[in-house]
Order: sequence, then structure tokens, then C-alpha cells
Amino acid sequence: MERADYERLRWRCIRRALLELDITLTRFLDTGFDRLSEEEKQVFVELANMEDHELWYWLSGQTECDDPRFAPIVAAIRKS
Amino acid sequence: MSIPVLKFDAVIVGAGGAGLRSAIQLSEAGLKTAVLSKVFPTRSHTVAAQGGVAASLGNSEEDHWHWHMYDTVKGSDWLGDQDAIEFMVRKANECVVELEHYGMPFDRTDNGKIYQRPFGGHMSNFGEKPVRRSCAAADRTGHAMLHAMYQRNVKANTQFFVEWMALDLIRDSEGHVVGVTAMEMETGQVVIFHTRATIFATGGAGRIFYSSTNAFINTGDGLGMAARAGIPLEDMEFWQFHPTGVAGAGVLITEGVRGEGGILRNSSKERFMERYAPNAKDLASRDVVSRAMTTEINEGRGCGVNKDYVLLDITHLDPNTIMKRLPGIREIGLQFAGVDCIKEPLPVVPTCHYQMGGIPTHYSGRVVMPQNGDPNAVVPGFYAAGECACASVHGANRLGTNSLLDLLVFGKSAGDSAVEDLKAGKAHRELPKNAAEQSLARVSAIDNRKGGANVHETRLAMQRTMQAHAGVFRFGDLLKSGVDKILEIEKAARQLEIKDKSMAWNTARTEALEMENLIEVAKATMLSAEARKESRGAHVRDDAPDTPEFPNGRNDAEWLKHTLFNPVDNSISYKPVNMQPLTVETIALKTRSY
Repeated sequence: MERADYERLRWRCIRRALLELDITLTRFLDTGFDRLSEEEKQVFVELANMEDHELWYWLSGQTECDDPRFAPIVAAIRKS
Repeated sequence: MSIPVLKFDAVIVGAGGAGLRSAIQLSEAGLKTAVLSKVFPTRSHTVAAQGGVAASLGNSEEDHWHWHMYDTVKGSDWLGDQDAIEFMVRKANECVVELEHYGMPFDRTDNGKIYQRPFGGHMSNFGEKPVRRSCAAADRTGHAMLHAMYQRNVKANTQFFVEWMALDLIRDSEGHVVGVTAMEMETGQVVIFHTRATIFATGGAGRIFYSSTNAFINTGDGLGMAARAGIPLEDMEFWQFHPTGVAGAGVLITEGVRGEGGILRNSSKERFMERYAPNAKDLASRDVVSRAMTTEINEGRGCGVNKDYVLLDITHLDPNTIMKRLPGIREIGLQFAGVDCIKEPLPVVPTCHYQMGGIPTHYSGRVVMPQNGDPNAVVPGFYAAGECACASVHGANRLGTNSLLDLLVFGKSAGDSAVEDLKAGKAHRELPKNAAEQSLARVSAIDNRKGGANVHETRLAMQRTMQAHAGVFRFGDLLKSGVDKILEIEKAARQLEIKDKSMAWNTARTEALEMENLIEVAKATMLSAEARKESRGAHVRDDAPDTPEFPNGRNDAEWLKHTLFNPVDNSISYKPVNMQPLTVETIALKTRSY
């Protein structure tokens, strides 16, 4: 991923509407993101563009992620 | 160096509830309106507001704006301006109905009216019994509100500048505000927005504290810009705290946990609330619980390496009860404290939630400051609304659900006032020659400095100092030493260094610029809190205790006045509270008790 693309993604992860997502996504960027394939990174970019409440419900396990494309990365973030 | 100039009738900084509401007024009046936001509008922190919005619609039972006014004045511990409070509560119904017409999906009663639910502090007949006054859209009121208002703005052709950060207010030699400078994050380009009206709706600055429920975005940018432009900040000692946030993270733990039998314990596992509130124990009021927790920590009975938190214990509860009655709480413990609350207690601290003070405004949304003997002289061209502004309706403490009402009423009011002032037909005033100089110098200093202070470390030092010296329960000696410490940290905050020198998407630079705003708010808070020698609302001092002469430590004879922190010379002055409502009689001073 190009530097500018990564930094744009980083901004969109560290400045969310919900504190819970600020913390969770920042942590994943710092600990798990580098291990993703380029393809998975693009899926993460899409995930980060989701509305805050829907995303937090998935990441906190309050609702199950029913999208097979996102499910593996949601699981990875939950473990990070 | 030539800086691009974009000309608009009005620029609004911030696209949360207050910003979007004021933009509707301007755009629908046909004025060329720009909204700047660090993030996409529907990712503003208003999204986190769940509780609802107060309006005396009387849909569920009899209610009246005058009762709502009484609750708000009482909640404010009589520091709120009664003209502004009457203005707000009387506009509430109109603003809520308008929002409904914008498409806001309010919860409804069986007969199709907006459903209203009870909320702490909402009473009928001047404090007599609870009344259902809060209008909500499930647990997503703020989120639904932002979506409805964003759509309305798109329809009205508001121009959004998304992922732009405003840098400095531009004032001319006569003190008129003629625009702002801002940076496009994608390119790092600094641009001048030359305007006839500038509205700040930048939200709060809860990130000055180590433990805060606020999202990372709440860095007080509007307050920092106002302070750098020589505009005083009002009542900055008043911050609302919640007793139980996860230590180190700030994520809120609902009071329901104590309701279900959660017990607070110190480092020796003692149930310390038995000493502070023998009857109510862990179910005592927020103030009492927060104060007890702070005392335990200050007296060395906190937990952890730094002895800076206490424990919330639910390990004695049946795991099934926890999972059933407190959904999500186990997940919060696991994710933000690394603790399984079924097996281990949760680390908690009193946590900052809402900023009552801010940029001083009249209820029309116009920014005011002392000039030529008038404490409330208008700063021409400048307006503010929402959490960044101080109208002042929340005074020393905010009534629940009045924050969403504040941003609707004063967002609209600031927009209306700007429209009125612009329709008076004044052209753009000339831009000062050095309009962008301050911003360019700040950016260049951050980009080029060597051997300066680290942004993360400086922010952490500020947050820990604010938490320890100006937290929910305050001590004279700690406030005094806190002033020295924060002035020392300010020196570092003025010498920030970053490693990344890129122009495009330089998040390190953006965070450094935010830090320069945070420190202005932290300083204003610490110095204002040190100066106010009474207890009132959310400002509670150990050396201003509850006595027969001064119930709750409040001293109206000396301290019934608004603080104005002057950032130019760090001095403090005061101005009277407006006790005169618009049409009704003054709500007379009384001891605040619930």
C-alpha cells in the first residue's frame, strides 16, 4: 500500500465518531494490519468506511458479521 | 508565497449537529456556504449521543417549557444565563418538529406522535415529579439526527470540505472576523476562506483529560483558534464527569453495573463506599461516588502500578445474570481492559464526558467578549454553537439531553443571526495582508523544528496532569501545583517536533496542530478551576465543603459569576450571570438537591 493511502486510512481509523472504534482500529493498525495481504488490506479499507454503529456492533460481537468478505477480518480485529 | 483564497458568504467549521444545523439556515437562505470538517460529517462525535433530545412536547403526559426551564436552571446550579435558557427551552418544540420534517426517524407512540421517555432531572411542575420529555430514535438519536441534517444540507447545496482542518481565525485590525485558514489534509495545502460570517461548531475538548469518553476527534480546535485570536474562554472549570470509565481507555461502563450489584473496591479489596455512603453505598449519586473514588486514589489506595484507578467488582454475580442483564459489559472489559469481568474486577476511574464552558456567545449565537467596558460586546462576523460555545445554558452542570437540544437551537440561532447580519448587505471586508502568516508559521515550525518535544508524550503529560490536578474532585493545593505544571507543559506544546515531513496526509502534523489547540483548553481549565474558590455544579472543591452557611459549598455572594479566561496574558476576569429571563420571572436561587 502506498504511503499516502496508508496515512489516509490511518486518519479514518484514528478519528471515528465512537471512542470504542478509535481505540480498536488504532490498535489493529499498530499490531495486525501489516500481516494482512494486499487484498485483505483493501477489504479493511472498505470496512473502515462503514458507519460507526454497524461496525462497532460487528467488532464487539453484538451482532454477527454476516458478510463473508468481511467476516475473517472482523474476527482478526476482535482477536487483536 | 501566494496562498489560495476561497470566497464564501459563510464558513462553518465543524460538521457535527451544531454545524449542520446552522449550515441549513445559511444555505436555504441562498448564501454561499462552506462547511469544513476533519472527517466525513456523519462521523462527527454527535453520532455517539444516545440519550435523546429534550422538548416539552407533552406527548406522553402534561409538560411545559417553563418546567424544563426550571430543571435547566437548577441543573446549571444557577450559573446558566436565564435569558438563554428560556430562549432554548421555548425553541425546543419547533426545533424537534423541524427535525422530524427533515426525516428524523423518532420513536413514536401508537397514535403516531413522537414518543417521549423519562430521563434523570426531567421533572414536572417545578421539580415535583418525573416527566417524560426526552425524544429519541432508539439508541441512535445523534446518529439519526446527523443523517437527517446532512441530507437536508446536500439538498440545499451546502459545499462540504471533508478532511480539512481549520487552523486559525482571521481577524482584521478592527477585530472583525473575516474568515479562517485551513489545511487540506490530502495535499497539505493551506487555504484562506475569506467570508462575511464565520461559525464555529467544533465540539468539545474532552481529550484534555487522561480518561475521557470523548472520541479522539474532540481536541477543542475552535477553542484553540479563538484563544489564539485573543478571544476569552468562558467557565472552562466546568466539566461533566461520569464515575465509571474503563481506566486507560475511557470507554463508559453503564451505571447499570452498580445497579445490578457491582461493588467498588480499593487496593486492599475494601468496599470503600460503605465509609462514604453507609446507606446507598455503591448506588450513591454520581457526585458522591466520583468523589469517593478520587479520595481513595489520592490517599494512596488506588490500584495498579501507578495506583491510579479503583476496581469495579461483579465477580460475585451469576455469569448468566451478567450476560443477560449487562449485555456488552464483558466485551468492553475484554477489549479495553484485558479483563474478563466474570473472573476479575474491572479497573475504573471517573471519566470526563462533557464540556460546559466554551467560546462566549449571546443566545443569538453571536460571539461576545469584553470590549470598552461592555462584558458582552459582539465580535463582528463571528458566531459559535454547540459544545464549543458557552451561551450559557449549561452553567455549572448540564441537564441530560440538553446537549442535543443546545446544538439544534443554537446551531439554528447562529445560522439565523448570520443570515440576518449578511442580509444587512455588508460586502466582504478586506483581508489583512498577513491573513495566513500565523498559520504558515505554525505549520512551518512544526515541520522544521529539530530537538523539539514529542507530540504523544506532551499530550500524555497534559492529560495525566489534568486528570490528577483538575479531575472530578478538586483540591486547592493540587490545583495550585497543577497550574505550574500545565504552564510548563505549555512550553513543550509550543515546541513540538514531528519526524514525518511529508506534505500529503501527514497525520503526525495534524495531531501536532490539534495538540496546540488542546493545550489552550487545558490551560484555561486549570487556571479557571484554581481561581474559583467555591464548589458549584461539576466544580467540586475539597476546601469548599457543604456547610449550613454554604450548602454544597456554593457561595453565591462571591461566586455567582461567569469566569472569563483571557488567553493573551493568562488573566482571569468575571462577568455577571444573567438572572433575567426573557418573559417570565427569575428562577430564584435555591440549594440544588435532588
